Order: sequence, then C-alpha cells, then structure tokens
Amino acid sequence: MASLNTLVLVCLAYVALLFAVAFAADRLAAAGRSTWLRSPLIYTLSLSIYCTAWTFYGAVGYAARSGLEFVTIYLGPTLVMVGWWWGLRKLVRVGRSQRVTSIADLISSRYGKSNALAICVTLLAVTGVTPYIALQLQSITLSFSIFAEADPGSIHNETTSVFWVAAGLAVFAILFGTRNLDANERHHGVVTAVAIEAVVKLVALLGVGIFVVWGVAGGIGPMMARIDASDIGTWGVDRGRWATITFLAAAAFVCLPRMFQVMVVENDDERHLRTAAWAFPLYLLLMSLFVVPIAVVGLSLMPEGSNPDLFVLTIPLALGQEGLAMLSFLGGFSSATSMVIVAAMALSTMVSNHIVMPIWLRSRGGGLSVSGDVRSVVLMARRVSIAVIMCFGYAYYILSGGGAALASIGLIAFAGIAQILPALVGGLFWRGATRLGALAGLIVGFGLWVYTLLLPGIGGGVMSPGMLESGPFGIGWLRPQALFGIDGLDPMVHSVLWSMSLNAAAFCIVSLLDFPSPLERLQGAQFVNVFDHSAGPRGWTASVAQSEDLMIMSQRIMGAAEAQEFFHAEALAQGSRRALPDPTPAFLERLERKLSGSVGAAAAHAMISQIVGRSSVSVEDLFAVADESAQLLEYSSQLEEKSAELSRTAGKLREANDKLTQISLQKDAFLSQVSHELRTPMTSIRAFSEILRDTEGMKPEDQRRYATIIHDEATRLTRLLDDLLDLSVLESGQVTLNMSEGNLEDLLDRSVAAALTGADRALRVRRDAAAERILLRSDLDRLGQVFINLIANAQKYCDARDPVLTIRVHDAGGQLVVDFIDNGSGVPEDFHKMLFEKFARVGAEKVRGAGLGLAICREIMQRLGGDVSYLAGQDGGAFRVSLPTRHEMAAQ
Amino acid sequence: MSDHPEPEDGPRQSPPVFLERQGYRRRRLMDAARLIPILGGTLFAVPLLWPAGPGEGGDAPVPMSSAILYIFGVWAALILVAVLFGRASLRWSGPDGSGGEGAGGGRG
Repeated sequence: MASLNTLVLVCLAYVALLFAVAFAADRLAAAGRSTWLRSPLIYTLSLSIYCTAWTFYGAVGYAARSGLEFVTIYLGPTLVMVGWWWGLRKLVRVGRSQRVTSIADLISSRYGKSNALAICVTLLAVTGVTPYIALQLQSITLSFSIFAEADPGSIHNETTSVFWVAAGLAVFAILFGTRNLDANERHHGVVTAVAIEAVVKLVALLGVGIFVVWGVAGGIGPMMARIDASDIGTWGVDRGRWATITFLAAAAFVCLPRMFQVMVVENDDERHLRTAAWAFPLYLLLMSLFVVPIAVVGLSLMPEGSNPDLFVLTIPLALGQEGLAMLSFLGGFSSATSMVIVAAMALSTMVSNHIVMPIWLRSRGGGLSVSGDVRSVVLMARRVSIAVIMCFGYAYYILSGGGAALASIGLIAFAGIAQILPALVGGLFWRGATRLGALAGLIVGFGLWVYTLLLPGIGGGVMSPGMLESGPFGIGWLRPQALFGIDGLDPMVHSVLWSMSLNAAAFCIVSLLDFPSPLERLQGAQFVNVFDHSAGPRGWTASVAQSEDLMIMSQRIMGAAEAQEFFHAEALAQGSRRALPDPTPAFLERLERKLSGSVGAAAAHAMISQIVGRSSVSVEDLFAVADESAQLLEYSSQLEEKSAELSRTAGKLREANDKLTQISLQKDAFLSQVSHELRTPMTSIRAFSEILRDTEGMKPEDQRRYATIIHDEATRLTRLLDDLLDLSVLESGQVTLNMSEGNLEDLLDRSVAAALTGADRALRVRRDAAAERILLRSDLDRLGQVFINLIANAQKYCDARDPVLTIRVHDAGGQLVVDFIDNGSGVPEDFHKMLFEKFARVGAEKVRGAGLGLAICREIMQRLGGDVSYLAGQDGGAFRVSLPTRHEMAAQ
Repeated sequence: MSDHPEPEDGPRQSPPVFLERQGYRRRRLMDAARLIPILGGTLFAVPLLWPAGPGEGGDAPVPMSSAILYIFGVWAALILVAVLFGRASLRWSGPDGSGGEGAGGGRG
C-alpha cells in the first residue's frame, strides 16, 4: 500500500516536471524555435482543459446515478467542434484580428469597446467559475483522503491540504501565466504543460477502463451483459435534461473563460481548428468510452454507500493495483490543476484589464505622464487577481463545507456562463446587436440564473425552504423553481429555459429599440463581416497625437526594449529616419492593437484616447466617408453623362455628314439642272432670234409669235435669277421686312387668286372662313409669297384625279398655324429632310422650277420669326406654316 | 480616399454570380460542413424518442448496451465525417489557408 508520503512525493515530482516543461517551452518560444509547440496536436490537447476533475471523477459518479446522461456533457462540445466551420472559425478569426484577451474583452470590443459590458461579463465569469475552482480543490482533497484512509500511519488534515493545493496552484499560475505581457498574450509554457496533463488524464482513464473491462469483467461481451444486468441497465434518461444539458455544455464550451483562453487567445493558427474539429471530439469520446463500465463494476464491487465519484480511484485500490491507482490519481490531479491554472489566468486577465486598470487609469486622471510603470501595475494586478480568485475558491470550499452540495455546482456554473451566449452569438452574426441589448440580456439572464438556480442550488440556508415552497412574500408565481406557476420541471431545465429565453428576448428587443453609437456600428461590421475585411478599424486621427507621449506610455506597458523596438520598426516602415514614427492612423491602430493585447481593448482605447485627444470615429467622420463615396458616385455619373453626350454628338455629326454628302450631290445635280434651265430658254431665245434675223419675208404673226416666245423665255430667265437673288439676300440677312397689319383671310384670298391664275389644271380649295378671321401683323407681302408658293406647289404636284387643297387655321401652343393639305400622294419620306434645302426637288421630271421655292419660303418664315415644315402622316402632301402670336390680335 | 479602411486594396470587386465548377464544389462542401452539427444534433436527439424507464407505456425499455452502441456509433461517425471534411478543405485551401474564405464564410 502506497503511503501518503509517497503520494505527496510523486505529486511534487509531477509538478516539478510540469514546471520544467513549462519553463523549457517558454524558453523555446522565446528563442523562436517552437514550431512543434504551435502544432495542431498541442492545440487540441490544450482544449482538453474542458475535462476537469469534475468530469474525470464525476462522470463515473454521474453515470452511476443517472445512467448515460453524463454523456451530454461531451456531446455538446462535440457538436460545436464538428460545426467549427460555422461558428468557431469566425470566433477565432475575430479573436485574432481584434487581438482580444478574454471573452469579456471580446464582448466589450464588439459592443463599442464598452467597459460596462466587460465588467458585467467579468463579474458573471467570476461568480460562475469560483465555485467551480472550489470543486477542483475538493476533488484533489478527496483523492488525497482516499489514500490517507488507506494509510493508517498518516496524519491528514483536509483543510490544510486544500490550502496548500490552492497555494501551489496559485504559484504555478502566477509564475507561468503572468511572466510576460505579450501583445499576443500567448503562454506557451502553460499551454504545453496543459497538453502534457491532457495526455496523462487520458492515459489514466483509459488505463482504468481497460483494466476494468478486460481485467475484471473479462472482455467486451461479458462487460455488456454485466451492464445490462446492473442497476443502470436500461435507458432511463430524463428527456428534458438530456436536451438541456447538451445545449448547456455546447454553450459553456464556447463561453467558459478558460475555454476561450485556450481556444481563441492561445490559438496560433486558425488552421489548427481543422485538426481539432475531429481530434477533440475523438479525445472526448475516448474519455467517456469506459465511464459506464467503470461505474457498473464499481457499483457491484464496492460496498454499499461508497462514493461513486471516486470509483476511478477506489476500484484499482480495492483490487490491489497500486500503480494504476497512482496513475489514476495523477490523472485527476492533472485535470484539476490544469483547469484551475488556466481558469485563474483567464479570470485574472479579465479582472485586471476590465476592473483594476480602468479604476487605476481613472484615479490617475489625465496624468499618464506621472512617472510610474504601467507594465508593472498590470502584471501586479494580474498576480493579485490570481491570488484573490484562488482565495475565493478556497473560501468557497471552506464555507460550503466541501460536501455533496459542491457536486452539483458544475452544471450550475455551466448555466451561469451560458448567459453570455446570446450576446456572443448575436455579436458575431447580427449587426443590429447593440451594447444596451447585450447589457439587458446579460443582466436579465444573470439575475434569473442567480434566483432560480444558484441560490436554491448552493444550499447552506441562503434561501429559506419557505421561500422555495411559496415564493417571496408568499407570491406563488415567483417561486424560484416554478416561475410563473409552471411547476413540475426539473430545476435545471426550468432555470435554463427561463433564463436563456428571457435573456435572448431582452437582448433582441432592446437591440431592436436601441440606436448604437458610431464606434459600435463600426465594430459590429468588423465582427460580423470579419471574413470580408480582416483589416482593422481606422480609429484615430493623429493630428494632435504626440509620438513622444505615446512612446512614454507604451514603454510603461510593453517594457522599454520592446516598445522602442516597435516604434523603431514603425518608423522604418514609414521611411522616416527619426527614432519616432509619425502618428499616422495606421500606426496608432497597430499600437492600440498591441496595447490591447496587454491591457485589453477598452483600456488600450482609453489610454490612447487620453493622449490623442479623441476617438476619431465620430458621426462627422462617418459623414465625411459617406460624402466621399457620394462624390465618387457623382463623379462617375458625370463621366457617364459626358460619354453619353459624346456619343450623342457623334451621332449628330454623322447625321450632319450624311446631310452634307447629300447636299453636295444635290448641288451637283442642281448645277447641271441650272445649266439646263438656263440653257433651255437661252437656246430657244437664240434659235428664235436667229430665225427673226435671218428669215426674209416672215409673216407678221409669226414674227409676233417668235418675239413672244423670246419674251417669255427671257421672263423665265429673269424669274430664275430673281429667285436666286432673293434667296441670297434672305440668307445673308440683308432683307428689310415691311411690317404691316392685315387680315389673314384677305391675305389667303389674294394668295389663292394669285397662285391659281392661269393654272392649266383646276384645284379646289377648301377653307374655313370663320377660323381665318384673324388680324395679324407681319410682312404681308412676304407671307403672301410663302402662301402662293405652297398653293402653287399643291397645284403643280398634287397627283389626285380631282385635286383638293384644304387650308386649316388654328392656334397650337401659342402659335398661329396654317396647314396646307392636299389629297395627292404626298412627298416620299426619303425627301422630308431635304425638302427645304436649296435646289431640292422631288421627281425631277415634273419640275418647272429650280427647286428654290421652298428654300425661300423657309428663309422668309425664319425671318418672320416662324417656320414652315412638312407635316408627315397626313393623307397627302401637307405643309405647316407657323407664326408667332405676339402680333396677333383677337378675332374680329 | 485617405480615410478608406482599405486603401491598399482599392475598391472591392463584387463576387461573380456564377462560379467555376471547382469553386461550385467548394461552396457545396461548405454547405455540407454546416449541416454536420445539425445532423449530429438530430441523431443525438433520437434517444429522446425511446421509451424511458419501466413506468412509461407498455414498451420494454431499451437496454443500456444498445444505447451505448448507438450513441458511441453516431459519435464515431461524426468524427469520421469531420476528418473527411478537414481533409477535403485542406486540399482546396492550400498551404496558406486563405482559400475558401471571404464571401462564402462571412455570411455563415
């Protein structure tokens, strides 16, 4: 039988080994030769601090009491790990990109670096974890006492041994957890020691399990038969508890400060998650594989009334396997110590960063230039915090009497820590989550948890039986374990149901009603869309910042050498030859991240803002950014407009070019036409004048006839030349208008008479005399010229058998409009554009004029301030003359 | 643009609507990865349907050995699936681990 002294010796030797390993790992990491320290294997093993002494010893006891329900504690984390792609990957990425130091830091950082939230989470964590630490102390003491009972010669005092265990663990945590104040905040020594302990506890439990199955029961088959025949031989799990505890374990796995510490803060490489995603569930599976067999064998072997929580230890002892018992003891010892060390470290970081440092900063006021080393203050705060937390655990253990009440505290702690979950998940996935929402959710959840689970659960008369029975002040629906009159639920299920649902509801409702600050919204975007932009927030404008002040402050926090190195590197990166870098926003941001690794995001933000003057992320800045984007948008739309304008211009140019080409062709045609037109009368004039000159004895009537022909042809020539002259005068703008007043009806009468005199074909003219009784002021002769031309055109070109010209007068949009519409076939569409150009003519063979009439009309009308245009879409040819109405008088 | 969060990268391109075959496979693999915990949760919830204890109904309670076999079987299968997915994701993310991030994971 191993004596207690041997046990203590082995224990001390084991602790010494851990010290050595942690020390060596820290040295290796400092020397930069730590590749294997950063392997996924170490990461996975470090996650195993999830399995505390409560699970190492307690799982067997749990199984002996309620069958397979113990497995839910491991199923929750398994589901979280295999779903790493969904949640953990994002959590780790956020943790790394924001350099968070704890779960409180993460929550505070997400919700606008709010210190109130950080304090809230820290208090919640301390309240939840302190009893948990006491539980570890209890398990170590209990395992000691088992050996002490077996060794009659020893003097074992429970209280003393608990004290020494607590003190030893505190020393270890202080030595390795607060050695450095890295920006990374990674503790290779501790992590490596934890990994070794993980191996020890797995080997120990597997060893006991294998011994039980093959050594005691005689193989798998007989073991299974024995299980079925035992007290826990049938499936008899409370359904509500099964689901609730699975959920709780999953939530606690993410939210527990120590889990967050190893999973996110100590994470070296995001890719380690990929391995841990299957390796850690495998570890959990192996840890729980032999739990039921050990419980069953323990129940049948051990005497009635022995503590099932210690079967792992007592079975080997009872069967004389002292080596195995020793290994098993070391396994339990490892579970307890690793949990306590990491939990104390994580909690101390939270306490020092979110409670001690802000108070210290505030007490100093703006006096950061007062001499003193912030670095030592932070480290001291952490060391004291660790000691205080261990004292809390010790005190809790002593006060609670270390009895069975402690055993249930594990799940109670889980339920408390899980209250962080809504704020955490909401913060990672919902941009609308706000600080007030998170605060409300946390307070509601925390309050309900304390009221419905913690106070009734810890016993010790904190809550009187009367209150449990009939509610406070006799109000029945406020009974702690039957809120709102819902009775009959398992207390755990009841508490988790109400606290989590009301927590989430408060979180959502307040978030929906609240309006977050700019910094909060910025951080929210950074967290939720972390994969889109892993670059950090630009938090500072540096115009007021003083590099020297920053340097002084950083030296105090990071240590002189490291700060100088950092500043020098930054100066080099900026291309500056001076020792101090310019305080650019990028530099300030990196500095804040680096500092936040030491003192937490909120404190780092506060410290820099003390020196820099203000956080630059104000509403004005957001507006500025928005303005900038708006300007960009405007610029691009201007560009678009310009390009559209260019293409429009190009189209017009193309059109003009086509027109020019066409006009040039027309001109060529005209030249030949004009030569022809001039030549035809000239030829007949010449011919007839030669006849008159050369013919002797011509009859007088022939002479007269020939002379008439010569006269007519000469008149035609004159008219042609008159037209050309007229046009050139009109075009050059030298025409003088002879404005006079007259009646439109009279003008039209005269025009129709003039145009149709001597016409070879009859043209009926339809008019509306009433509409024409309009007094107008214009150059009536010129206007009459236009009318005559249009009427004559209709007379000449209308190809209907019974040609009719309709003249309509009406007022259109403030203009007097006179339409001339005939019933012929009209002008082919190709010619619409060219109709009013000089020398244009439709159907050359029919034409008697030179194609100048319409051109002259348009020139005249433009001089008169109106226009003449072709009206497409009528039954026949149609022209519209429009006149300005400013000279128009009311109808008679 | 001096205050823009990512002046080095310039304006961010919006992701394309259609992916190439390989990229498409990768996305579906991510979808599958997201389904693993749901699948696991469902399978672990199956025991809730078993008759619990002798008091309930006339059905004989499930023996503990069967329950153990079921739970641990599902557990091992989940681990296997996680291993396979880890392998697959390792293949397409490359040594720098930067592949497959971005739009796909950000909205997870």
